[in-house]
Amino acid sequence: MTSQLETAESVELAYAQAVQRVHYDFGLKRRSFMQLLGAGLLIAASVPALAQERGGRRGGGFGGSGAKTIGARIHLGKDGSITVLVGKVEAGQGARAELTQAAAEELRVPTSAIQLIMADTGAVPDDGITAGSGSTPRTVPAVRQGAAAARELLIDFTAKKWNVEAGACEVRDGKVIHAASKRSLSYADLAKDDEAMKAFDQPIPSNVTVTPVNEWKVLGTPSPRPNGHDIVTGAHKYPSDISRSGMLYGKILRAPSFGARLTSIDLEPAKSMKDVVAVHEEQFIGVAAPTAFQAERALAAISKTAKWETAPHPSSKELYDYLKQHAEVPKNPYADELAAAKQTLRQSYHVAYVQHSPLEPRAAVAEWTDGKLTVWAGTQNPFGHRRELAGAFHIAEDKVRVIVPDFGAGFGGKHSGEASVEAARLSQAAGKPVSLRWTREEEFTWAYFRPAGVIEAEASLDDKGALTSWHFININSGPSAVDTPYRVENNKHTSRTVQSSPPLRHGSYRGLAATANNFARESFMDELAVAAGVDPLEFRLAHLGTEEDKSSPRYRLRAVLEAAVERFNWKERVKKKSTNMGIGLACGTEKGSYVAACAEIEIDREHKQILVRRVTQSYECGAIVNPDNLLKQVQGALIMGLGPALREEMRFENGQMLNASFGKYKVPRFDDVPELDIHLLDRPDLASAGAGETPIIAIAPAIANAVFHATGERIRSMPITLPETKKT
Amino acid sequence: MNSTFKLTVNGRSHTVTTDPERPLLDVLREDLQLTGAKYGCGEGQCRACTVLLNGKSVPACLTPISDADKKSVITIEGLAKGDKLHPVQEAFLAEGAFQCGYCTAGMIMGAVGLLEEKPDATDADISSRMQKHLCRCCSYPRITKAIRRAIGNSPKAAQNRPIEPAAAYASSLSLSPSDAERVGVRGATASSFVMQGGAAL
Repeated sequence: MTSQLETAESVELAYAQAVQRVHYDFGLKRRSFMQLLGAGLLIAASVPALAQERGGRRGGGFGGSGAKTIGARIHLGKDGSITVLVGKVEAGQGARAELTQAAAEELRVPTSAIQLIMADTGAVPDDGITAGSGSTPRTVPAVRQGAAAARELLIDFTAKKWNVEAGACEVRDGKVIHAASKRSLSYADLAKDDEAMKAFDQPIPSNVTVTPVNEWKVLGTPSPRPNGHDIVTGAHKYPSDISRSGMLYGKILRAPSFGARLTSIDLEPAKSMKDVVAVHEEQFIGVAAPTAFQAERALAAISKTAKWETAPHPSSKELYDYLKQHAEVPKNPYADELAAAKQTLRQSYHVAYVQHSPLEPRAAVAEWTDGKLTVWAGTQNPFGHRRELAGAFHIAEDKVRVIVPDFGAGFGGKHSGEASVEAARLSQAAGKPVSLRWTREEEFTWAYFRPAGVIEAEASLDDKGALTSWHFININSGPSAVDTPYRVENNKHTSRTVQSSPPLRHGSYRGLAATANNFARESFMDELAVAAGVDPLEFRLAHLGTEEDKSSPRYRLRAVLEAAVERFNWKERVKKKSTNMGIGLACGTEKGSYVAACAEIEIDREHKQILVRRVTQSYECGAIVNPDNLLKQVQGALIMGLGPALREEMRFENGQMLNASFGKYKVPRFDDVPELDIHLLDRPDLASAGAGETPIIAIAPAIANAVFHATGERIRSMPITLPETKKT
Repeated sequence: MNSTFKLTVNGRSHTVTTDPERPLLDVLREDLQLTGAKYGCGEGQCRACTVLLNGKSVPACLTPISDADKKSVITIEGLAKGDKLHPVQEAFLAEGAFQCGYCTAGMIMGAVGLLEEKPDATDADISSRMQKHLCRCCSYPRITKAIRRAIGNSPKAAQNRPIEPAAAYASSLSLSPSDAERVGVRGATASSFVMQGGAAL
């Protein structure tokens, strides 16, 4: 158990480190910005006087220190209010609903009784970065423990007060009830007792009893998003909606091409405009004005005066050769197995750079008050953000507060803090709060990307069609799901990642490299099945073995695969073959959950298009915490995955993006949604795994395999496009 | 140079003195503090900024303020009548037709615009009109379902059902494929939750 947790944490830290950051370092002396600030502005605190937590691993985990005390997790108000504090963010993945459920379940109150404060570094414990599907397996249990501890304190308090057995008290509907004497007390009664409240200063006991799955009343149900009403009325304030008194709107001057450096600029054209502030420090050039429109005008004016020194940059056309040339690819160690094999196969797969393009671009509002900085930002990494800001301005972390309102999606793309640092620098110069929201073009150019990769695979088969060796090297795109889940004779398998010299800034993405690795592996498995003369389903099942341990990875993968093919009627459909139609399947596992997809596609020869007609996807992630939210995550991931599978690809030349807009970079829209049969397998006997990522990894290889079934052509690149020669 | 414009926003008249080329979206968000309409792309490709201009849904990011002069603008904030949500808002809430929710205001205003023109919009109408709207969380099946629900032709399973009660869903958890959910845009299909594996902990 411990080792699993440590592994998860190291994976999570890897997430934070995988992102290439923009290192801003502002050398402004403390005295000078104190002068700039003038009269202090008050920061409205949503939760006053709640201690900030540091140190000790208390289960929030995942790169964070968690809640040190019960009180750091659960705050009881004398008015009966219950506030739960978590360091995780809500970006559409449903953490707010699930964490509210977790607290409500253990406190024995309805979800409506819980106020959940998320990701305000001035109020909540550091539960680490929101990434790696970590909130469900780690933060939900941490919140359950904290809430269960608070519930136990209420029982202890009551038992002591009435001098009765704790075992004779039951917590129900927010009250502790002593049935024999028909008396009850509430959390508000507990909150009013100063002596009893001191117990909230103690650590959350690790052995506190949480509610078993078969007794769940709130967890396991489709609890809706608590602030849904604010979403449909437009009342919810996203980071880009935050408004402060006297606030200006900022814009940043970007280099004309990757690697270009500023040699000179004249800020006068901006400074001469009314109420415009312009800043130039090293390579940072920005303006702020009372409206975004004025800021744009000011930026355009100084942009004309800027002189740049450009640098050579490879183009996306030569990307895969470039990545290979800049990597050291290890040799296949299984020469003996290759020599003795009945058949061997070697293939290379390509995966393009893609952009997360969350609908809300990076956005931040920064405000300095008496040398302290408050930033409202859309970030998946609130405490990391705080570190980044403190580092950039050379101030202590406790002088920085990062507040993360529920924001407009991240998909792994919002781990870094550059927009916040930029807003803070402009605010520092202006002496006023500054709102900075990146443009879509900036997002498509200066945000980081899901890494492109070249994956080289080689395997050998014996005369029975069994894998006797497996050598799988991912160049550049990363290690997630790089290991094969399939059996290889005598464990002669190696799966590795090697680094290259990536031409674009890259980092995390939903599932990271699991999509790339699964695309290559599941395509390659299909090719091996063809080589062995076996149906692709049978080939996979043969290499998943017959293990009966229901908690084993191969059993679980087999279960989703068998469920998907049964619902899709694979065995019957694979026998029939009609012109321009094809079916394909793929499966995979990552971060403790399991997915299998069957896709039916149609080839539109005239328009050179692959139309995905129908997809059946089975998914299993242990005990389901919220089936409705899970269904949305699985549907959403699958449909999102259609983009990089079929169309999405960042194209660049001479250091410039060629398709930095939604008009040119075509993400999935309504028309792209196929008929979907999503099938969720509940495993209440297993711990809940996070589901934000893995449901994205099976769709691309399923489509590629269906294209082969339809055309006999094997497409080994993502996006999967039909070759020109087929255009008739 | 600045000019003065008069417009009615959510029933209230406003006078705005600003650059005629400034987008309506910026005036709503920055001057009138109506932040429900969102910036997503600035090129009319995502429609997160959709508002009704004289009853027609338009992308506010591409609409210069001069085009809104002497016109009526309805934003998401002006859709509900007091506490009473507009049927499209109700349907989005009931279906949980959002994940991050950043596109939601634009989606709802787009759907309201469609239903103003075609109260009996077909699936084809929904698809062709909503094709302009982006949801990066890809909640498209739910959004389609919500719009169908608002029109009143939602599938039987979803009809007249408030936010699904926990008990009803819990029963579908224990193998009830009959509680099927239409999720495809192109066709009907079932989604169910199947119990599997050993005894509960």
